[in-house]
Amino acid sequence: MTEARRSHFWHSDGRRLSGLSTLLLLLPFFAIIAFVFVYPILQLLVISILEPHPTLENYARVVENPVHMRVLMRTLWTATLVTALSVVLGFPVAYYMSRAKGTVAALVAVCVILPLWSSVLVRTAAWSFLFQRNGLINSALMALGLTSQPFKLLYTQSAVVIAMTHVLLPFMILPIYGALRSIPDDYGRAAAVLGATRLRTFLEVILPLSLPGVVSGSLLVFLTALGFFITPALLGSPQEMMISTLVSKQIREVLDWPFAAALVGVLTVFVTLLAIIFSKTLRFDRLMGNAS
Amino acid sequence: MKPPADRGSLALGAYVYAVLAFIIVPLVIVIPMSFSQNDYLAFPPSGFTLKWYSEYFDSRQWRAATWLSVQVALLTALCASVIGTAATYAMIRGRSRLVTAFQILLIGPIIVPHIALAVGLYLFFQTIGLSGTIPGFVLAHTVLTLPFVVFTMAAALAKVDANLEAAAMSCGATRFQAFRLVTLPLVLPSLASSALFAFIISFDEPVVSFFLSGVRQKTLPRRMFEDIEQNLTPVIPAIATLLIVLSILILLGAHVLRSRSVTR
Repeated sequence: MTEARRSHFWHSDGRRLSGLSTLLLLLPFFAIIAFVFVYPILQLLVISILEPHPTLENYARVVENPVHMRVLMRTLWTATLVTALSVVLGFPVAYYMSRAKGTVAALVAVCVILPLWSSVLVRTAAWSFLFQRNGLINSALMALGLTSQPFKLLYTQSAVVIAMTHVLLPFMILPIYGALRSIPDDYGRAAAVLGATRLRTFLEVILPLSLPGVVSGSLLVFLTALGFFITPALLGSPQEMMISTLVSKQIREVLDWPFAAALVGVLTVFVTLLAIIFSKTLRFDRLMGNAS
Repeated sequence: MKPPADRGSLALGAYVYAVLAFIIVPLVIVIPMSFSQNDYLAFPPSGFTLKWYSEYFDSRQWRAATWLSVQVALLTALCASVIGTAATYAMIRGRSRLVTAFQILLIGPIIVPHIALAVGLYLFFQTIGLSGTIPGFVLAHTVLTLPFVVFTMAAALAKVDANLEAAAMSCGATRFQAFRLVTLPLVLPSLASSALFAFIISFDEPVVSFFLSGVRQKTLPRRMFEDIEQNLTPVIPAIATLLIVLSILILLGAHVLRSRSVTR
């Protein structure tokens, strides 16, 4: 350590804090994250490989039992489907939002942002009203004469997919909107001047430049969907569990901690690896409205 | 220059408004339902009554759950904004090699599924007696809300010129005085809006609360979960309407704060 460095640790100058004050200010943050986040997760991972004795048996049970394997596959498939639906529904909205001005822009923004800040339980409850035997969807279908018998909508995997898409859609729209907004208007104009049609400008200029937003939004939706609990727990069928509902069952009904810990381990390690691989594309700060 | 309204833009517009309807209709549908006289949640709602609201406000259980959630959310907003602002200030003005560790740990609670954290905390808090207690809920919710506070404060603090504090200090202010009298007033609107967001995230947080709630200490989201799971009473649309109004108020508050902000 050089003399200058040592003095920086103890003394601050006008523009920079001393190393000591930096440490003291960061201490509560690191303490709470270590105590309430890192430790409990590590403890679960340790349980998953050490109980009842040092073993990988708990993980073997996840992959060898066909029932559990089906739960994993269903979780992956559901998350993929929700992500794909969110891109298809979300991209045009983000595009429209990036072009809109004035009142229209504000209205669209409210429609996207208000659900983001309202309770997941409210949105899930709303879907369970809509999906009921005598709910709005069945009433409408019967009034239109499209069906004489109400459909069973509630407690199906389709209900879970629709409601999860509804809940996660803002997480797709906002990063795409952020990427679209960062494309200078001149690019589109330049393409038009050079004789490109609007479709060609969109396909060859706008779309490629917005891809980072699409990738970022897709990851965000996919990763969140993998561990989603409330919506599958309330709208899904007990015969068609997802990994989060299986974990909950193991803990609350079966009381099989090592196996539940292994399930959490599979989910956490998978999600973390994906996040590390794509860490450059994930722009979390975009969600806080810095781009909006 | 207005683009001509050709068939393509009309189709895009129609598609976008259909998607917006898909987003917003399920949210607002609970509002007419909350005033419906039907005892079962059939559609369309009929008549007008406030009985579901009075059922909510008269119920000791609902009131207890709401009061618990209010306390937890207020304390979470306080803890998260103080801890988050201190850490962000240190990260922006400080010298430390901990910055990378800070950034990784910060996005941890966003990346790691809430179910994983909920189960981990359920086990850990049971062994140390924090399960179903206010400090337990507050600690857990503080971890979940810290990233949002830090993102907001980092954007605000980065816009405050470091020379302002240096000037105050060369006039004899201590570092703390310089922060309190110069920087803090400039970032106060952002600090207030991050506290608002921490409040609403905590107040609506369902997953961790679900696992940490005890038999007696239940947060509002946990009570709602049980009600929706078991019998889906018409009280739920009334509570949902109140929660939507709360979200709107919070967003309006944040919007006002943003437009007042010097550092925006």
